[in-house]
Amino acid sequence: MEELKPANSEAPSIRGTLEKFKIQTEKLNAWFGNNHVLKDLSINIKEDEVTAIIGPSGCGKSTFIRCLNRMHELVPGARSSGAVLLDNANVYARGIDPVTVRRKVGMVFQKPNPFPTMSVYDNVAAGLKLNGIRDHQKLDRAVKRSLELAFLWDEVKTELDKSGASLSGGQQQRLCIARALAVEPEVILMDEPCSALDPVATAKIEELISSLKAQYTVVIVTHNMQQAARVSDNTAFLYLGQLIEYGETTQLFENPTEELTERYLTGKFG
Amino acid sequence: MESLEGSSGVRRVVLSNQSFRRFKDKLAYGLGVLCVVLAMLPLASILFEVVGKGLPAISLGFLTKTTGNITDPSSGIGNAIEGTLILIGVTSLIAVPIGLLAGIYLAEFGDNKFGRTIRFLNDVLAEFPSIVIGILAFSVVVIAIGHFSAIAGAVALSIIMLPIVTRTTEESIKLVPSSIRDASMALGIRRWRSSLSIVLVTAKDGVITGILLSIARISGETAPLLLTVLGSGFFFSGLDQPIDALPLRIFTDYKNSNYPSSLAQGWGAALVLIMLVLGLNLSVRLLTRGRSSFARARA
Amino acid sequence: MSLSEEARPQQAKTPARRRLDALRTPRRFSADDLFETSSTIFAAMIILIIVVTSVLLIRGSIPVLQSFKTGFFTGTNWISVAGSESYGVLPYVLGTLVTSAIAVAVGVPLSLGIAIFLAEMAPWSLRNALSRVIELLAAVPSIIYGFWGLFVFRFWVRDYLEAPISSYVGAFPVFQGTPFGLDILTAGLILAIMIIPTVSSISKDVMMAVPSSQREAAYSIGATRWEVVRTGVLGYARSGIFGAIILGLGRAVGETMAVTMVIGNASGPAALPTSLFKQGATMASVIANEFSEAEPGSLHLSALIGIGLTLFLSAIVINVFAQLMVWKVLKVRAGSVE
Repeated sequence: MEELKPANSEAPSIRGTLEKFKIQTEKLNAWFGNNHVLKDLSINIKEDEVTAIIGPSGCGKSTFIRCLNRMHELVPGARSSGAVLLDNANVYARGIDPVTVRRKVGMVFQKPNPFPTMSVYDNVAAGLKLNGIRDHQKLDRAVKRSLELAFLWDEVKTELDKSGASLSGGQQQRLCIARALAVEPEVILMDEPCSALDPVATAKIEELISSLKAQYTVVIVTHNMQQAARVSDNTAFLYLGQLIEYGETTQLFENPTEELTERYLTGKFG
Repeated sequence: MESLEGSSGVRRVVLSNQSFRRFKDKLAYGLGVLCVVLAMLPLASILFEVVGKGLPAISLGFLTKTTGNITDPSSGIGNAIEGTLILIGVTSLIAVPIGLLAGIYLAEFGDNKFGRTIRFLNDVLAEFPSIVIGILAFSVVVIAIGHFSAIAGAVALSIIMLPIVTRTTEESIKLVPSSIRDASMALGIRRWRSSLSIVLVTAKDGVITGILLSIARISGETAPLLLTVLGSGFFFSGLDQPIDALPLRIFTDYKNSNYPSSLAQGWGAALVLIMLVLGLNLSVRLLTRGRSSFARARA
Repeated sequence: MSLSEEARPQQAKTPARRRLDALRTPRRFSADDLFETSSTIFAAMIILIIVVTSVLLIRGSIPVLQSFKTGFFTGTNWISVAGSESYGVLPYVLGTLVTSAIAVAVGVPLSLGIAIFLAEMAPWSLRNALSRVIELLAAVPSIIYGFWGLFVFRFWVRDYLEAPISSYVGAFPVFQGTPFGLDILTAGLILAIMIIPTVSSISKDVMMAVPSSQREAAYSIGATRWEVVRTGVLGYARSGIFGAIILGLGRAVGETMAVTMVIGNASGPAALPTSLFKQGATMASVIANEFSEAEPGSLHLSALIGIGLTLFLSAIVINVFAQLMVWKVLKVRAGSVE
């Protein structure tokens, strides 16, 4: 197995400006069977910033982020083409183990999905145990750290043995975030993480996202434009599988360059 | 191979067990294949042996003559085949109407405590050891008539058949979208008519599947017959008389298997029986392409 | 109503008028009621059958239970010669236990392997085809398993399993005896084959009913396919799988013909399962062998019915337990996939 050092991700990007891009997609296409859902998407996700992906239903937002951690290919009949560069190394290259990709690029889903037969502690430790870490002290430290990062530690620290499913919806989602954080990913993908939650829980998660970007690159898919405006630094607007516009959030919301973007933002279509 | 690994803390530990995990994954797949293959070996062997040893015994005379004297080389299993067919017929006559109506009850009216109890007990009945059902039929019918009889066997077999028909009928009816029933009632058709003429007809594939599968099941049942019909060397002589059946014939041949002609007859009868049973199962396959195997596995 | 009647404004029905109408047209017992009643009656027949079975079994067992009391369950003799009769079912209960235990010990791992492979690992097309083939295993009648077991399988067991074991560890009590092929081990192994379709197909259905979000959760933290099964599927499905195993156990306990033909049919104390290579007997096999020869009304027949009662109770307890576990998980009925 050749060990290629990852290229220096601080080098000038293809666009010639000195920026750190954590993820770059190059002509990313995706299909479900014959259904062409993503068309030539080329987006650069900046490191340690929150990027929101917005767009009407069916525009391919979820499919897009699932291509970033190679979850898209798990669906029977699904395929993709194009490159997804993580720190300038293509995750779709021959010989790359998708298991490794998924550990580095974590994901949180729309409906919280903790493992119901495991305790809170075991849920968070699950990924670590899979990777061979058995030392109790290491696990304890990692679990505590992850739960703290997910703003959940104080609420569950005396009840780590309780089943993961016994928590409230918002707590479950934070538990899922902690579980994803435990394996020390570099990127966190969030697929409409708040759409199943009440406003109070949503606010807590949004606060959490803001604190996460200090250490992680976050990509969040949301159908809630206000949330995108609140939480993200950059926003990409997708429509029917194509990238319509991409830029800094304040710029895109206040002064969209594309007419389609403007029409979506003003609610002319949903 | 490109590597995505950085190097810090957790990741150093992680790198070292990656190949072991990949190995475990492949091992799991391999073991799974092995289990499937191991399970198919007996099936393959049974088919091979039954066809191989049974086919030479089959002839027109074999299929139509009676057994008569055990050592008679020209004896056949005609009476056993006839007996099986008669038993299937009488059993179905008893069990199918009861099962259909019970299944309709559970599907249409069974959303209450009584219905739930019945459903549960039905599943319990389905799991009764068949020999216990034989004891039941013996105690009721054989004792009443005074000797072994075909009707006793039919009663036993219908108790085995009933829960299967009930369950598959209920499940097939439940699959019919309620919009069909609503449409029928909205036209002013009475409840009972809607159920029978419209809903049941829509569900008929599933219902027929259940009936065919239960027939396949009872054709092969031996234990209850041992206790109720005794077996016979001759053709059907009345419902209150002993009767032969394929599985019984095979059992008798096993008991007499030191006679080579008996042994040969046993394989021949086994071939006929397995063709009947597998034939029914395969025609069910054709009828239910793509449907869930839940109902089939529980039958 | 004629056109002129329709044109006239309708009179509002006063309460008095309504009461009069109700008296005039009493509610008829409609065909719908008949339908509901008759289908209820037929459904109730199921209860009737179970009740009658229980009553008859108990009644038939009374003579032998009166004669031997608890000795019936703890004794090991089985002598049906009139005058010195002695009946004890312990060897047969133990025989059922041991053969079923072998069936579960060998059959369940195989079944789970098949279920996991078909539910989680096999490609779509292969899954359907293979599932149907495994189901064919269930379709083969017990008597044919017995016939095949007697003339083919027992030689495989004797030559490839028992002979080598006997030559290496034949000194151990559990492997004592000359391997002959018609013994408790062969009976247990045939039962293992027979419970595979049940345990594997229910386990497979249970696993397939696990929501895909659980698998996605495991994939997303970087798990291999096998780890996804272990972490995301098996944990969630475990009570359903457990129920499937108990259901398989129930089948093994009640199985008659195949066992009768390969177990060697020992009787009385000789049937005590002290070695895997010994001839033995199960509750079901004794009934099958002796019932048609027992005199109606005799103590022998009562003893056989007593075995039937014991078998009946064991099977019911096991199966009720299994049903509760499988129902809890599989609230999905045929055709409706989550």
